[in-house]
Amino acid sequence: MSDSATVADHNPALQHHFADMEQQQQAATMGMWVFLITEIMFFGGMFLAYMVYRYMYYAAFVAGSQAMDFWYGTINTIVLICSSLTMALAVRASQVGQRKALVALLIVTMLFGCAFMGIKAIEYTGHWRDHQFPGASFHFEGPDPQHIEIFFSLYWAMTGFHALHMLIGIVVVGFITFYAWRGRYGPDYHNPVENVGLYWHFVDIVWIYLYPLLYLISHKHTG
Amino acid sequence: MAAIPLPGAEHENYLNKEYGIRSWLLTTDHKRIALLYLLSITFFFFIGGFFALLIRLELLTPAGDLVQADTYNKLFTMHGQVMVFFFLIPAVPAVLGNFLIPIMIGAKDLAFPRINLLSWYIFIIGGCFMLYTILTGGADTGWTFYTPLSTSFLDTHVVAAAVAIFIAGFSSILTGLNFIVTVHRMRAPGMTWSRLPLFVWANYATSIIQVLGTPVLAITLALVALERLFHFGIFDPQKGGDPLLFQHLFWFYSHPAVYIMILPGMGVVSEIVACFSRKRVFGYKFMALAVIAIAVFGFLVWAHHMFVAGISLYAALVFSLLSYLVAVPSAIKVFNWTATMYKGSISYTTPMLYAFGFIGLFTMGGLTGLFLAALGLDVHVTDTYFVIAHFHYIMVGGMVMAYIGGLHFWWPKISGRMYPESWGRLAALTIFIGFNLTFFPQFILGYLGMPRRYWQYSPEYQVLNVLSTAGSTILAVGYVLPMVYFLWSMRYGKVADENPWGAAGLEWMTASPPPTFNFDETPEVTWEAYNYGEAKEVPVER
Amino acid sequence: MFANLPLWPDRASNMAGNVDALFIFLLILCGLMCVAIFIMILVFAAKYRRRKGVEAEQIEGSTALELTWSGVPLLIFMGIFAWGAIIYFQERTPPQDSAEIYTVAKQWMWKFQHMEGQREINELHVPVGRDVKMIMTSQDVIHSFYVPAFRIKQDVLPGRYTVAWFRATKAGTYHLFCAEYCGTSHSGMIGSVVVMEPALYEQWLSGGPAAPLPQAGKQLFMSLGCSTCHRLDTQGRGPNLANLYNHPVLLEDGRTIIADDNYIGESILNPAAKLVSGFKPIMPTFQGIISEEQLNALVAYIKSLSQPTEGEAGSRNTPAASPSGQPQTMQVQ
Repeated sequence: MSDSATVADHNPALQHHFADMEQQQQAATMGMWVFLITEIMFFGGMFLAYMVYRYMYYAAFVAGSQAMDFWYGTINTIVLICSSLTMALAVRASQVGQRKALVALLIVTMLFGCAFMGIKAIEYTGHWRDHQFPGASFHFEGPDPQHIEIFFSLYWAMTGFHALHMLIGIVVVGFITFYAWRGRYGPDYHNPVENVGLYWHFVDIVWIYLYPLLYLISHKHTG
Repeated sequence: MAAIPLPGAEHENYLNKEYGIRSWLLTTDHKRIALLYLLSITFFFFIGGFFALLIRLELLTPAGDLVQADTYNKLFTMHGQVMVFFFLIPAVPAVLGNFLIPIMIGAKDLAFPRINLLSWYIFIIGGCFMLYTILTGGADTGWTFYTPLSTSFLDTHVVAAAVAIFIAGFSSILTGLNFIVTVHRMRAPGMTWSRLPLFVWANYATSIIQVLGTPVLAITLALVALERLFHFGIFDPQKGGDPLLFQHLFWFYSHPAVYIMILPGMGVVSEIVACFSRKRVFGYKFMALAVIAIAVFGFLVWAHHMFVAGISLYAALVFSLLSYLVAVPSAIKVFNWTATMYKGSISYTTPMLYAFGFIGLFTMGGLTGLFLAALGLDVHVTDTYFVIAHFHYIMVGGMVMAYIGGLHFWWPKISGRMYPESWGRLAALTIFIGFNLTFFPQFILGYLGMPRRYWQYSPEYQVLNVLSTAGSTILAVGYVLPMVYFLWSMRYGKVADENPWGAAGLEWMTASPPPTFNFDETPEVTWEAYNYGEAKEVPVER
Repeated sequence: MFANLPLWPDRASNMAGNVDALFIFLLILCGLMCVAIFIMILVFAAKYRRRKGVEAEQIEGSTALELTWSGVPLLIFMGIFAWGAIIYFQERTPPQDSAEIYTVAKQWMWKFQHMEGQREINELHVPVGRDVKMIMTSQDVIHSFYVPAFRIKQDVLPGRYTVAWFRATKAGTYHLFCAEYCGTSHSGMIGSVVVMEPALYEQWLSGGPAAPLPQAGKQLFMSLGCSTCHRLDTQGRGPNLANLYNHPVLLEDGRTIIADDNYIGESILNPAAKLVSGFKPIMPTFQGIISEEQLNALVAYIKSLSQPTEGEAGSRNTPAASPSGQPQTMQVQ
């Protein structure tokens, strides 16, 4: 701790092993970006499987996509885009030190996140009721139910892992909101808010890809 | 050197600063976490080794007589999974890398000390799942989890094993992430990229692979688990799924994983060869470039595990060609180590013996890789004991040699004590002999056509199998020896001063064992790496 | 002693010599490399051992040397690559007039169906000197067809056909192994390949009672009712199958593919997957209804419908492999 004492106005948030706030902030940001790269690779595996099977069983994918509820998907997309906006505004509020605005915006972001999860839950229940969950009880009236089951396997896996990320996001934003309410973040120290923001935007972007891939497959091709 | 503690006088260091179980389990000190890893992976090493011995004993006779077929299948599965995911991958990075990287670059700790501790706990949780799998009867998928065997045809603890590896993977990702950020952001003043020790370069390249590759394995195993639990059909040919897609995804991680295992070992050997030849590493820039090249090309060769799996002819051609490209930087490394010794001043200490062993065995492992990358020849030798011998030469002959050599080299720094030198040399020799006797006959077995994962085999293969089993018992003795005398030396070993080898590098400029924050003053680096030619004593600039 | 310690595997196929030649070349090359490096290490270790008063001589490195020992190995590697690729190309390209043997692998046995109608389990009889093409599929998990004496190996996958071929050159009995781990009795999934002189082989063949495979397929084709829609004279409700094999097919989704073994097999098990343009998805699936062996018979029959009638000469020879000389393995995508 000897050298941190030499820094005249040293920030209480500065950890002992960093020389200064700038180094700490750069390290945190970089760490978050590296983490997001791992996340891209994680989802990438599923996107690859999606691409392969969509190429192999295009007609089945069209049929599966038409069984999706267009409006649930679209409304959820809008909800998430709005949550990204409030998240971006929250990051800005933390940078300029508006504590109340920060807390409010984070809460709104969480509410949007919960709305997304709620709609998703309704949608999942519908699919479950309609035997659109892969396995023994899977049932689909169509020309190629077997490969439509693969579509639904991918649908559940991709949206399921996305929903898990949303859930983690909501919980983390919850923690951040608590600390923001306690006044921990300000112009000098707002790393955690920025990093959670990055994570939140990443999860949104995954959805921005999932939405057209799962809900909006064109069927002109076959016509 | 100014900071040498008086003999016998205990300076405050990371080991004696605090005592008690809490001070270890809640530590954020990278050195203590390294020791936690050391204990954990040693435990798993001996579990995996025990399985290996049972495998070799079963193969002593052609008939399957020691254990049942199912038991044998579980033994090689658990041997592979434990050794790969719970020993080899964390070995050098999580133990030696964790301990040394911050010190080598002049930092007080890794960038994210708490995440470092978290990654150890994640590793332990994964390890508990692995132990649960083992104790409740194990899985028998082979470490490769090939579908649809793993998803639809076995009723063993496949999900538990997959979960164990899934969790341990996140520990690996977090370690890699921590190293990348640390190397980028935490270097001491003057420690430029071109002054980094090659050990740091090697671990940096490894971290890139860990961060990019491991998540792909994680999602692949997650999908396998979903197939087993909920009958998803993504890899199930009965439902139109493609088992080759599984293989592509699996090897996309698991081939680069080979480089996760070998690159840090290369880093260790560079340090040892330079120190005991008292020379700057020959062609430093090419050595650094080579590890990065291996990390990058390593991602482009995965399908060379699938030449007979049913991929298209042209895909096979491309992957074979790329596999030869990745062989070039490996060759560069061997030539450079050899050239480093030229006109050196070489001493035959234990770490140097391990480095000799590494270069020799890695050369053989690497050259037999050329056989396997040759398409027409691979058709004959893939999935035989030739492959087993090849990758054990790389992973055991290469990586484990480097790891144990590295432990000897930095033991004075880690423990503050010297290990007994003559016992060290004896163990190194035992391991070298035992290793070759175990694995060399397997090359011949492979070319004769004995397939891998065979519980019983045709009688004409017996003589070579007996040789191999005999070798494995020698190898086992060789591995137990260091554990015994390392433990002994912690109490009775000669006290080490801060630089017992006269080595270059920042880690040798602080006390042994180092203080909690590694340096009393943050060092400022004004010299190149491996400055053995300059003044023996390199003062720490203030 | 040497009965128990063979140092070289039998060499009993046209491929074995080529593979061995490359292997021996690599042994010599890599052996020399190894010896050179070991000698250098030993010589340096001895010559430059630490002595009092002798300092190491610092050498920075040498770009010229680095480029040499990157470039020269690279060139050698490219040579090995080319050699290996040529052999592989040969291994994956069955000659056009190979005799075909359908193979079904299952936990834990090998089942073979000769075109002439003979069926065998875990034992495969082939004559010396004839090109034999194995058309293989699996009933459950992935297996691998491996005959060390022939130096060939090919994974056998469920739900698709893979192909391997060889020409046996020496009479004898050789190991057949499953080389891809396939569960409990993986090491028991072994058999033997019996290579016979042609005359003896003819004798062996004539001992069999069964009808030729395409004919068995024809009977199935009738009894399963396939012939009601797939008529051979006119276009029925299903596509006409005459002259289908190895010809391009326009699919409903606009793609064009070549009708190979895999396509025909898939269309029987999963008719909707690749619908022919202009037809409705009315055909029921036969997955779970017919066994892999029956599927093979059907495929063999449908292929026989494309047999060129003018070529009477090669009476023994069954339908030709792809005329383009392309290897006939699966379409991954």
